[in-house]
Amino acid sequence: MTVFLIMPSRIMARGIEGVFHDLGEFKVAGIVSDISSREESILRNLSVDTVIVDPAVFAHSSRGNVKHFISEYTDAPVVAFPSAPMDDESSKQYDAILNLYDSPAEIIHKLRSAVAAPKDSSGTEGSELSAREKDILICVAKGLINKEIADLYNISIHTVITHRRNITRKTGIKTVAGLTVYALLNNLIDPSSVE
Amino acid sequence: MKMADLVEINYRLLAVLARLGMNIGFGEKTVSKVCEETGIDTAAFILICNMYSYQGYMPTEETLESADPESVLKYLHNSHSFYMEEDFRKLEKVMNELVAPCSPGQKKVILDFLEGYKTEVERHFEYEEQVFFPYVRAVMSGTACGDYSASKFEENHSNIEEKLNDLKNIVMKYLPHECSPQLASDVLFALFSLSEDLGKHTGIEDLVLVPMTNRMEKKEA
Repeated sequence: MTVFLIMPSRIMARGIEGVFHDLGEFKVAGIVSDISSREESILRNLSVDTVIVDPAVFAHSSRGNVKHFISEYTDAPVVAFPSAPMDDESSKQYDAILNLYDSPAEIIHKLRSAVAAPKDSSGTEGSELSAREKDILICVAKGLINKEIADLYNISIHTVITHRRNITRKTGIKTVAGLTVYALLNNLIDPSSVE
Repeated sequence: MKMADLVEINYRLLAVLARLGMNIGFGEKTVSKVCEETGIDTAAFILICNMYSYQGYMPTEETLESADPESVLKYLHNSHSFYMEEDFRKLEKVMNELVAPCSPGQKKVILDFLEGYKTEVERHFEYEEQVFFPYVRAVMSGTACGDYSASKFEENHSNIEEKLNDLKNIVMKYLPHECSPQLASDVLFALFSLSEDLGKHTGIEDLVLVPMTNRMEKKEA
Protein backbone atom coordinates (compact mmCIF):
# COMPACT_ATOMS: atom_id res chain seq x y z
CA MET A 1 0.00 0.00 0.00
CA THR A 2 1.36 3.40 -0.92
CA VAL A 3 1.37 6.49 1.27
CA PHE A 4 2.08 10.09 0.40
CA LEU A 5 3.54 12.35 3.10
CA ILE A 6 2.92 16.06 3.41
CA MET A 7 5.02 17.20 6.36
CA PRO A 8 7.57 19.93 6.99
CA SER A 9 9.50 17.95 9.62
CA ARG A 10 12.12 15.78 7.99
CA ILE A 11 12.54 13.83 11.25
CA MET A 12 8.86 12.93 11.38
CA ALA A 13 8.90 11.87 7.74
CA ARG A 14 11.99 9.75 8.36
CA GLY A 15 10.26 8.23 11.38
CA ILE A 16 7.31 7.14 9.28
CA GLU A 17 9.63 5.73 6.62
CA GLY A 18 11.44 3.79 9.34
CA VAL A 19 8.22 2.31 10.69
CA PHE A 20 7.15 1.25 7.19
CA HIS A 21 10.55 -0.18 6.48
CA ASP A 22 10.46 -2.32 9.62
CA LEU A 23 6.89 -3.50 9.34
CA GLY A 24 6.36 -3.74 5.58
CA GLU A 25 2.85 -3.49 4.13
CA PHE A 26 3.02 0.30 3.60
CA LYS A 27 5.46 2.20 1.43
CA VAL A 28 6.20 5.92 1.13
CA ALA A 29 5.45 6.94 -2.45
CA GLY A 30 6.47 10.56 -2.11
CA ILE A 31 7.13 13.37 0.35
CA VAL A 32 6.54 17.08 0.12
CA SER A 33 7.41 19.48 2.91
CA ASP A 34 5.26 22.36 1.79
CA ILE A 35 2.22 23.24 -0.31
CA SER A 36 3.15 25.69 -3.01
CA SER A 37 2.49 25.73 -6.71
CA ARG A 38 5.44 23.42 -7.31
CA GLU A 39 4.10 20.82 -4.90
CA GLU A 40 0.64 21.19 -6.33
CA SER A 41 1.77 19.80 -9.64
CA ILE A 42 3.00 16.70 -7.80
CA LEU A 43 -0.28 16.40 -5.91
CA ARG A 44 -2.22 16.69 -9.12
CA ASN A 45 -0.83 13.38 -10.36
CA LEU A 46 -1.28 11.66 -7.05
CA SER A 47 -2.27 8.01 -7.04
CA VAL A 48 -1.79 6.59 -3.55
CA ASP A 49 -3.79 4.62 -1.00
CA THR A 50 -3.39 7.10 1.86
CA VAL A 51 -2.14 10.62 2.51
CA ILE A 52 -0.49 11.49 5.82
CA VAL A 53 -0.37 15.18 6.55
CA ASP A 54 1.00 17.36 9.30
CA PRO A 55 -1.60 20.14 9.60
CA ALA A 56 1.24 22.54 10.43
CA VAL A 57 1.85 22.75 6.66
CA PHE A 58 -1.31 24.80 6.40
CA ALA A 59 -1.86 28.30 7.65
CA HIS A 60 -3.70 28.28 10.96
CA SER A 61 -6.85 29.76 9.46
CA SER A 62 -7.18 27.02 6.84
CA ARG A 63 -6.49 24.05 9.12
CA GLY A 64 -10.19 23.25 9.25
CA ASN A 65 -10.17 22.55 5.51
CA VAL A 66 -7.13 20.32 5.08
CA LYS A 67 -9.11 17.27 4.04
CA HIS A 68 -11.16 19.33 1.62
CA PHE A 69 -7.98 20.71 0.07
CA ILE A 70 -6.46 17.26 -0.37
CA SER A 71 -9.70 15.76 -1.65
CA GLU A 72 -9.35 18.00 -4.69
CA TYR A 73 -6.45 15.84 -5.75
CA THR A 74 -7.26 12.38 -4.47
CA ASP A 75 -10.08 10.54 -2.78
CA ALA A 76 -7.61 8.51 -0.70
CA PRO A 77 -8.14 8.68 3.08
CA VAL A 78 -6.37 11.56 4.80
CA VAL A 79 -4.55 10.81 8.06
CA ALA A 80 -3.22 13.57 10.32
CA PHE A 81 0.20 13.36 11.99
CA PRO A 82 0.26 16.64 13.92
CA SER A 83 3.53 18.06 15.16
CA ALA A 84 1.55 20.32 17.52
CA PRO A 85 -1.73 19.65 19.33
CA MET A 86 -4.86 20.15 17.24
CA ASP A 87 -8.22 21.49 18.35
CA ASP A 88 -11.10 18.99 18.48
CA GLU A 89 -13.06 20.66 15.72
CA SER A 90 -10.38 20.37 13.05
CA SER A 91 -9.38 16.86 14.10
CA LYS A 92 -12.84 15.63 13.10
CA GLN A 93 -12.11 15.93 9.39
CA TYR A 94 -9.40 13.24 9.34
CA ASP A 95 -9.86 9.55 8.68
CA ALA A 96 -7.34 8.79 11.44
CA ILE A 97 -4.89 10.65 13.67
CA LEU A 98 -1.36 9.47 14.46
CA ASN A 99 0.41 10.62 17.61
CA LEU A 100 4.08 11.27 18.11
CA TYR A 101 4.09 8.66 20.88
CA ASP A 102 2.20 5.91 18.97
CA SER A 103 4.00 2.59 18.78
CA PRO A 104 4.87 1.39 15.25
CA ALA A 105 2.19 -1.32 15.52
CA GLU A 106 -0.41 1.28 16.48
CA ILE A 107 0.52 3.42 13.48
CA ILE A 108 0.11 0.49 11.10
CA HIS A 109 -3.17 -0.46 12.75
CA LYS A 110 -4.56 3.07 12.37
CA LEU A 111 -3.50 3.30 8.72
CA ARG A 112 -4.98 -0.07 7.98
CA SER A 113 -8.38 0.91 9.38
CA ALA A 114 -8.28 4.24 7.56
CA VAL A 115 -7.68 2.49 4.23
CA ALA A 116 -10.30 -0.18 4.92
CA ALA A 117 -13.04 2.20 6.11
CA PRO A 118 -15.73 2.82 3.53
CA LYS A 119 -15.32 6.14 1.80
CA ASP A 120 -17.40 8.86 3.32
CA SER A 121 -19.81 9.29 0.47
CA SER A 122 -21.39 12.52 1.62
CA GLY A 123 -18.06 14.05 2.48
CA THR A 124 -17.52 16.29 5.47
CA GLU A 125 -17.24 19.22 3.12
CA GLY A 126 -20.66 18.66 1.53
CA SER A 127 -20.98 17.50 -2.00
CA GLU A 128 -20.44 20.64 -3.99
CA LEU A 129 -18.16 20.20 -6.98
CA SER A 130 -14.72 21.71 -6.60
CA ALA A 131 -13.51 24.29 -9.09
CA ARG A 132 -11.28 21.73 -10.77
CA GLU A 133 -14.11 19.22 -10.97
CA LYS A 134 -16.25 21.86 -12.65
CA ASP A 135 -13.49 22.46 -15.23
CA ILE A 136 -13.35 18.74 -15.97
CA LEU A 137 -17.13 18.46 -16.09
CA ILE A 138 -17.30 21.25 -18.67
CA CYS A 139 -14.78 19.41 -20.84
CA VAL A 140 -16.75 16.17 -20.55
CA ALA A 141 -19.98 17.97 -21.47
CA LYS A 142 -18.27 19.48 -24.49
CA GLY A 143 -17.38 15.98 -25.63
CA LEU A 144 -13.65 15.87 -24.84
CA ILE A 145 -12.15 12.47 -24.09
CA ASN A 146 -9.97 11.79 -21.02
CA LYS A 147 -6.71 12.06 -22.96
CA GLU A 148 -7.65 15.48 -24.34
CA ILE A 149 -8.65 16.71 -20.88
CA ALA A 150 -5.39 15.40 -19.39
CA ASP A 151 -3.36 17.24 -22.04
CA LEU A 152 -5.37 20.43 -21.66
CA TYR A 153 -4.72 20.69 -17.90
CA ASN A 154 -1.36 18.98 -17.95
CA ILE A 155 -2.47 16.22 -15.57
CA SER A 156 -2.41 12.44 -15.86
CA ILE A 157 -5.31 10.45 -17.31
CA HIS A 158 -5.54 8.72 -13.96
CA THR A 159 -6.22 12.07 -12.29
CA VAL A 160 -8.89 12.88 -14.86
CA ILE A 161 -10.56 9.56 -14.09
CA THR A 162 -10.40 10.24 -10.35
CA HIS A 163 -12.04 13.62 -10.87
CA ARG A 164 -14.72 12.05 -13.03
CA ARG A 165 -15.39 9.41 -10.42
CA ASN A 166 -15.77 12.12 -7.78
CA ILE A 167 -18.09 14.12 -10.03
CA THR A 168 -20.31 11.06 -10.45
CA ARG A 169 -20.20 10.29 -6.74
CA LYS A 170 -21.28 13.82 -5.87
CA THR A 171 -23.93 14.34 -8.54
CA GLY A 172 -25.20 10.78 -8.92
CA ILE A 173 -24.86 11.21 -12.70
CA LYS A 174 -22.84 8.67 -14.68
CA THR A 175 -23.38 9.12 -18.39
CA VAL A 176 -21.83 11.83 -20.56
CA ALA A 177 -25.30 12.82 -21.78
CA GLY A 178 -26.47 13.18 -18.18
CA LEU A 179 -23.44 15.27 -17.22
CA THR A 180 -24.10 17.53 -20.18
CA VAL A 181 -27.63 18.14 -18.90
CA TYR A 182 -26.19 18.90 -15.47
CA ALA A 183 -23.65 21.35 -16.89
CA LEU A 184 -26.32 23.17 -18.89
CA LEU A 185 -28.85 23.35 -16.04
CA ASN A 186 -26.15 24.76 -13.77
CA ASN A 187 -25.07 27.29 -16.39
CA LEU A 188 -21.57 25.87 -16.58
CA ILE A 189 -21.82 25.81 -20.36
CA ASP A 190 -24.17 27.49 -22.76
CA PRO A 191 -26.31 25.45 -25.14
CA SER A 192 -24.42 26.59 -28.23
CA SER A 193 -21.18 24.95 -27.05
CA VAL A 194 -22.66 21.45 -27.17
CA GLU A 195 -23.21 19.57 -30.46
CA MET B 1 -56.51 -19.42 -5.60
CA LYS B 2 -58.78 -16.74 -6.99
CA MET B 3 -57.20 -14.21 -9.33
CA ALA B 4 -58.73 -11.40 -7.26
CA ASP B 5 -56.90 -12.73 -4.16
CA LEU B 6 -53.61 -12.76 -6.01
CA VAL B 7 -53.94 -9.04 -6.74
CA GLU B 8 -54.83 -8.50 -3.11
CA ILE B 9 -51.42 -10.00 -2.18
CA ASN B 10 -49.51 -7.68 -4.51
CA TYR B 11 -51.40 -5.03 -6.42
CA ARG B 12 -48.35 -4.34 -8.57
CA LEU B 13 -49.10 -7.61 -10.34
CA LEU B 14 -51.84 -5.65 -12.10
CA ALA B 15 -49.10 -4.58 -14.51
CA VAL B 16 -48.30 -8.23 -15.25
CA LEU B 17 -51.98 -9.02 -15.82
CA ALA B 18 -52.41 -6.08 -18.18
CA ARG B 19 -49.40 -7.15 -20.24
CA LEU B 20 -50.78 -10.65 -20.59
CA GLY B 21 -54.19 -9.39 -21.66
CA MET B 22 -55.87 -10.62 -18.48
CA ASN B 23 -58.59 -8.03 -18.09
CA ILE B 24 -59.88 -6.90 -14.74
CA GLY B 25 -63.35 -8.24 -13.84
CA PHE B 26 -62.29 -11.76 -12.91
CA GLY B 27 -65.37 -12.49 -10.80
CA GLU B 28 -64.64 -15.60 -8.79
CA LYS B 29 -62.37 -17.16 -11.42
CA THR B 30 -59.27 -18.97 -10.24
CA VAL B 31 -55.76 -18.15 -11.41
CA SER B 32 -55.56 -21.27 -13.55
CA LYS B 33 -58.96 -20.57 -15.12
CA VAL B 34 -57.91 -17.06 -16.14
CA CYS B 35 -54.60 -18.43 -17.49
CA GLU B 36 -56.43 -21.05 -19.50
CA GLU B 37 -58.78 -18.46 -20.99
CA THR B 38 -55.93 -16.20 -22.07
CA GLY B 39 -53.78 -19.06 -23.37
CA ILE B 40 -50.99 -18.59 -20.82
CA ASP B 41 -49.28 -21.53 -19.13
CA THR B 42 -50.18 -21.41 -15.43
CA ALA B 43 -46.74 -22.53 -14.22
CA ALA B 44 -45.07 -19.81 -16.31
CA PHE B 45 -47.55 -17.24 -14.99
CA ILE B 46 -46.88 -18.17 -11.37
CA LEU B 47 -43.16 -18.08 -12.03
CA ILE B 48 -43.42 -14.59 -13.50
CA CYS B 49 -45.56 -13.42 -10.55
CA ASN B 50 -43.00 -14.74 -8.09
CA MET B 51 -40.12 -13.09 -9.94
CA TYR B 52 -42.12 -9.89 -10.04
CA SER B 53 -43.14 -9.92 -6.39
CA TYR B 54 -40.14 -11.19 -4.48
CA GLN B 55 -36.76 -9.61 -4.83
CA GLY B 56 -34.04 -12.24 -4.86
CA TYR B 57 -36.45 -15.01 -5.83
CA MET B 58 -34.51 -17.77 -7.58
CA PRO B 59 -36.56 -20.30 -9.54
CA THR B 60 -35.65 -23.93 -8.91
CA GLU B 61 -34.70 -26.33 -11.68
CA GLU B 62 -38.10 -28.02 -11.42
CA THR B 63 -39.94 -24.72 -11.71
CA LEU B 64 -37.97 -23.83 -14.83
CA GLU B 65 -38.61 -27.28 -16.22
CA SER B 66 -42.37 -27.10 -15.69
CA ALA B 67 -42.94 -23.59 -17.13
CA ASP B 68 -43.64 -23.01 -20.79
CA PRO B 69 -41.00 -20.76 -22.45
CA GLU B 70 -43.48 -19.51 -25.04
CA SER B 71 -45.60 -17.90 -22.30
CA VAL B 72 -42.48 -16.25 -20.87
CA LEU B 73 -41.61 -14.95 -24.34
CA LYS B 74 -45.11 -13.61 -24.74
CA TYR B 75 -44.89 -11.80 -21.41
CA LEU B 76 -41.51 -10.26 -22.27
CA HIS B 77 -42.62 -9.22 -25.73
CA ASN B 78 -45.82 -7.62 -24.44
CA SER B 79 -43.86 -5.86 -21.69
CA HIS B 80 -41.63 -4.30 -24.34
CA SER B 81 -44.69 -2.86 -26.08
CA PHE B 82 -46.13 -1.63 -22.78
CA TYR B 83 -42.91 0.13 -21.80
CA MET B 84 -42.69 1.91 -25.12
CA GLU B 85 -46.36 2.67 -25.67
CA GLU B 86 -47.64 3.22 -22.14
CA ASP B 87 -44.82 4.07 -19.77
CA PHE B 88 -42.75 6.26 -22.08
CA ARG B 89 -45.82 7.98 -23.49
CA LYS B 90 -46.98 8.94 -19.99
CA LEU B 91 -43.48 9.91 -18.96
CA GLU B 92 -43.03 12.14 -22.01
CA LYS B 93 -46.38 13.81 -21.38
CA VAL B 94 -45.73 14.72 -17.76
CA MET B 95 -42.09 15.58 -18.49
CA ASN B 96 -43.25 18.06 -21.14
CA GLU B 97 -45.57 19.68 -18.63
CA LEU B 98 -42.83 19.73 -16.03
CA VAL B 99 -40.28 21.58 -18.16
CA ALA B 100 -42.81 23.93 -19.78
CA PRO B 101 -41.76 26.92 -17.60
CA CYS B 102 -38.02 26.41 -18.34
CA SER B 103 -36.01 28.39 -20.85
CA PRO B 104 -35.99 26.93 -24.39
CA GLY B 105 -32.37 25.80 -23.95
CA GLN B 106 -33.06 23.99 -20.69
CA LYS B 107 -36.25 22.48 -22.04
CA LYS B 108 -34.45 21.14 -25.07
CA VAL B 109 -31.58 19.58 -23.17
CA ILE B 110 -33.87 17.76 -20.73
CA LEU B 111 -36.31 16.52 -23.37
CA ASP B 112 -33.45 15.49 -25.65
CA PHE B 113 -31.99 13.45 -22.83
CA LEU B 114 -35.29 11.64 -22.31
CA GLU B 115 -35.57 11.03 -26.07
CA GLY B 116 -32.00 9.72 -26.14
CA TYR B 117 -32.80 7.34 -23.35
CA LYS B 118 -35.98 6.17 -25.04
CA THR B 119 -34.05 5.43 -28.24
CA GLU B 120 -31.47 3.46 -26.26
CA VAL B 121 -34.18 1.35 -24.63
CA GLU B 122 -35.90 0.87 -27.96
CA ARG B 123 -32.70 -0.48 -29.51
CA HIS B 124 -32.12 -2.76 -26.56
CA PHE B 125 -35.61 -4.22 -26.95
CA GLU B 126 -35.24 -4.49 -30.72
CA TYR B 127 -32.16 -6.62 -30.33
CA GLU B 128 -34.01 -8.98 -28.03
CA GLU B 129 -37.01 -9.14 -30.32
CA GLN B 130 -35.01 -9.63 -33.49
CA VAL B 131 -32.12 -11.79 -32.33
CA PHE B 132 -32.60 -13.45 -28.98
CA PHE B 133 -36.32 -14.29 -28.96
CA PRO B 134 -36.23 -15.84 -32.46
CA TYR B 135 -33.22 -17.85 -31.33
CA VAL B 136 -35.11 -19.17 -28.27
CA ARG B 137 -38.01 -20.16 -30.52
CA ALA B 138 -35.60 -21.92 -32.86
CA VAL B 139 -34.13 -23.85 -29.92
CA MET B 140 -37.65 -24.78 -28.82
CA SER B 141 -38.46 -26.22 -32.21
CA GLY B 142 -35.04 -27.84 -32.54
CA THR B 143 -34.04 -25.76 -35.56
CA ALA B 144 -31.38 -23.53 -34.00
CA CYS B 145 -28.15 -23.36 -35.93
CA GLY B 146 -25.05 -21.18 -36.05
CA ASP B 147 -22.87 -20.24 -33.13
CA TYR B 148 -25.27 -18.01 -31.24
CA SER B 149 -26.22 -19.13 -27.73
CA ALA B 150 -28.10 -18.00 -24.66
CA SER B 151 -24.84 -17.38 -22.82
CA LYS B 152 -23.74 -15.01 -25.59
CA PHE B 153 -26.94 -13.08 -25.07
CA GLU B 154 -26.36 -12.93 -21.34
CA GLU B 155 -22.81 -11.65 -21.82
CA ASN B 156 -23.98 -8.83 -24.05
CA HIS B 157 -27.13 -7.99 -22.14
CA SER B 158 -26.56 -4.27 -21.87
CA ASN B 159 -27.38 -2.06 -18.95
CA ILE B 160 -30.29 0.29 -19.63
CA GLU B 161 -30.48 1.60 -16.08
CA GLU B 162 -27.65 4.12 -16.12
CA LYS B 163 -29.37 6.93 -17.98
CA LEU B 164 -32.59 6.32 -16.10
CA ASN B 165 -30.70 6.74 -12.89
CA ASP B 166 -29.10 9.95 -14.20
CA LEU B 167 -32.52 11.27 -15.09
CA LYS B 168 -33.77 10.57 -11.57
CA ASN B 169 -30.90 12.58 -10.13
CA ILE B 170 -31.39 15.44 -12.56
CA VAL B 171 -35.10 15.71 -11.74
CA MET B 172 -34.57 15.25 -8.03
CA LYS B 173 -31.63 17.61 -7.59
CA TYR B 174 -31.01 19.95 -10.46
CA LEU B 175 -34.27 21.08 -12.06
CA PRO B 176 -34.69 24.84 -12.52
CA HIS B 177 -36.74 26.39 -9.71
CA GLU B 178 -39.58 27.37 -12.04
CA CYS B 179 -40.65 23.73 -12.32
CA SER B 180 -43.66 22.57 -10.34
CA PRO B 181 -42.65 20.35 -7.39
CA GLN B 182 -45.90 18.41 -7.77
CA LEU B 183 -45.13 17.53 -11.38
CA ALA B 184 -41.53 16.77 -10.48
CA SER B 185 -42.76 14.32 -7.89
CA ASP B 186 -45.10 12.72 -10.47
CA VAL B 187 -42.14 12.32 -12.83
CA LEU B 188 -40.03 10.83 -10.05
CA PHE B 189 -42.72 8.31 -9.16
CA ALA B 190 -42.87 7.31 -12.81
CA LEU B 191 -39.07 7.05 -13.04
CA PHE B 192 -38.67 4.99 -9.89
CA SER B 193 -41.44 2.64 -10.85
CA LEU B 194 -40.08 2.27 -14.41
CA SER B 195 -36.64 1.53 -13.01
CA GLU B 196 -38.00 -1.05 -10.60
CA ASP B 197 -40.06 -2.66 -13.33
CA LEU B 198 -37.15 -2.78 -15.78
CA GLY B 199 -35.07 -4.43 -13.08
CA LYS B 200 -37.64 -7.19 -12.70
CA HIS B 201 -37.92 -7.50 -16.44
CA THR B 202 -34.17 -8.03 -16.77
CA GLY B 203 -34.39 -10.54 -13.94
CA ILE B 204 -36.96 -12.58 -15.84
CA GLU B 205 -34.74 -12.54 -18.91
CA ASP B 206 -31.51 -13.44 -17.11
CA LEU B 207 -32.82 -15.81 -14.44
CA VAL B 208 -35.73 -17.45 -16.27
CA LEU B 209 -35.45 -17.24 -20.02
CA VAL B 210 -31.67 -17.70 -20.26
CA PRO B 211 -31.50 -20.81 -18.00
CA MET B 212 -34.57 -22.25 -19.74
CA THR B 213 -32.82 -21.85 -23.07
CA ASN B 214 -29.53 -23.25 -21.71
CA ARG B 215 -31.42 -26.31 -20.61
CA MET B 216 -33.06 -26.79 -24.01
CA GLU B 217 -29.69 -26.27 -25.73
CA LYS B 218 -28.22 -29.06 -23.64
CA LYS B 219 -31.06 -31.41 -24.44
CA GLU B 220 -30.53 -30.84 -28.13
CA ALA B 221 -26.82 -31.39 -28.04
